[in-house]
Amino acid sequence: MDFSVITDNFVFLIAQGFLGIGAFTGGTLRLAVPAIVLGFILGTLVGLARLSRRRWLHWPAKVYIEFFRGVPLVMVIFWFWFIIPTLAGKSLPEYVVALTAFVIFEAAYLAEIVRAGIQSVPRGQVEAATATGLSQNQLMRHVILPQALRNMIPALLTQFIVLLKDTSLASIIGYVDLTKAAQIVNNREIRPFELYLFIAIVYWLCSYAMSRYAQSLESRLASR
Amino acid sequence: MSYSFNWSVLWTGQAGGWLIQGILTTLHIFVLGLLIALALGIVAGALRTMPLAPLRWVASAYVEFFRNVPLLVWMFFWYFGVPPLLPQVIQDWLFDHGVEFWAGVCAIGVYHGARFSEVIRAGIQSIPKTQLEAALSTGLTITQAFRLIIVPIALRLIVPPATNETVNLLKNSSVALTIGVAELTFQTRQIETYTARAFEALAAGTVIYLILCLTIASIMSYVERRFAIPGMIAQGQTGAS
Repeated sequence: MDFSVITDNFVFLIAQGFLGIGAFTGGTLRLAVPAIVLGFILGTLVGLARLSRRRWLHWPAKVYIEFFRGVPLVMVIFWFWFIIPTLAGKSLPEYVVALTAFVIFEAAYLAEIVRAGIQSVPRGQVEAATATGLSQNQLMRHVILPQALRNMIPALLTQFIVLLKDTSLASIIGYVDLTKAAQIVNNREIRPFELYLFIAIVYWLCSYAMSRYAQSLESRLASR
Repeated sequence: MSYSFNWSVLWTGQAGGWLIQGILTTLHIFVLGLLIALALGIVAGALRTMPLAPLRWVASAYVEFFRNVPLLVWMFFWYFGVPPLLPQVIQDWLFDHGVEFWAGVCAIGVYHGARFSEVIRAGIQSIPKTQLEAALSTGLTITQAFRLIIVPIALRLIVPPATNETVNLLKNSSVALTIGVAELTFQTRQIETYTARAFEALAAGTVIYLILCLTIASIMSYVERRFAIPGMIAQGQTGAS
């Protein structure tokens, strides 16, 4: 066992692999952060459509959610790897492919979180807001969404942890995230045990810290 | 977009056989992985609710360590990292017996065991404390009380979240393609490579995964109805969600 392989390649692994600063367009965080933000926007729209009473909104949203929740992420990544170049007529960087795949895949999960958040707002709130004369849109924007959002925060954080771990799968199409960076170093140094243990610890630190934070938020929200 | 579909690639040549082999391998990983995950999950989940602190710590360390690292990293770790550390004899034996398959099963079983334990823990914690007290007061030991009373009730309460986890396990078996296990996703990629028919190959794989997931969900909903404890279902759902 020789951990000098970690110290020698530390900058490459963390700056290039984890943060995305370096020669390649890569980075775990550079994929995960935009993916959760854009995924949440799309997920909110899908979640609202899923709750709508209009059938032409309700059914497509339901099919979207059930479809993406029933297919492995690996499969979805391969789909986009193939479809996007066909639609665009030219090959695009892995970053675009991976980001699109993650946004569309995560939106299905985030939509369910949004739905649960909206349904957690007590019915009396809706009735009271309607009684004061707010329109359907105003009701959603000023009364339901702000409260729903607060209730959703722990679940959103948990989903972000899942997403952060899932971004490791972007390495299968050649995106240089932390996992791919470790593979690149391993191809040169052949130190798999040390390298994979090291990235496991990096993932673990982020994920565990965030899950503890989510738990404390959850208990604070529950006691309010 | 100009793409002419040719679905016949899925049943002409070797493609059909590959798909069936892929399904069988995926199911093989799924069944073995599920058995390991359930065994580890039940033990770790029960230990995390025990009144003895050291037992809780051991189980928590296992759960928190494995759950918070991506499955892909565990695959690489078990496949590339661990075998070179083993004695030469065991290495030779492993490489003769499909090391990638067993590394994949181990990675999935151990990772999902940690996730299952959370579901089981939530189920156990949703059972009123008085149940355990009543069991202990009838003279059962703690082990007996958990084995005979608490865990069986918890298992019947947690069917809905356990369904989610079981479906996740099936979907996550696709990650094994990264270490060269010839499961369903691997085989659809192989068909794509050989026939240059990506749409058809990926569509076939996707439909098969959807059918498998729906099958699991409907089996589990049968299990849920068959083993429901009257009057306790709602409680189990809120406790475990």
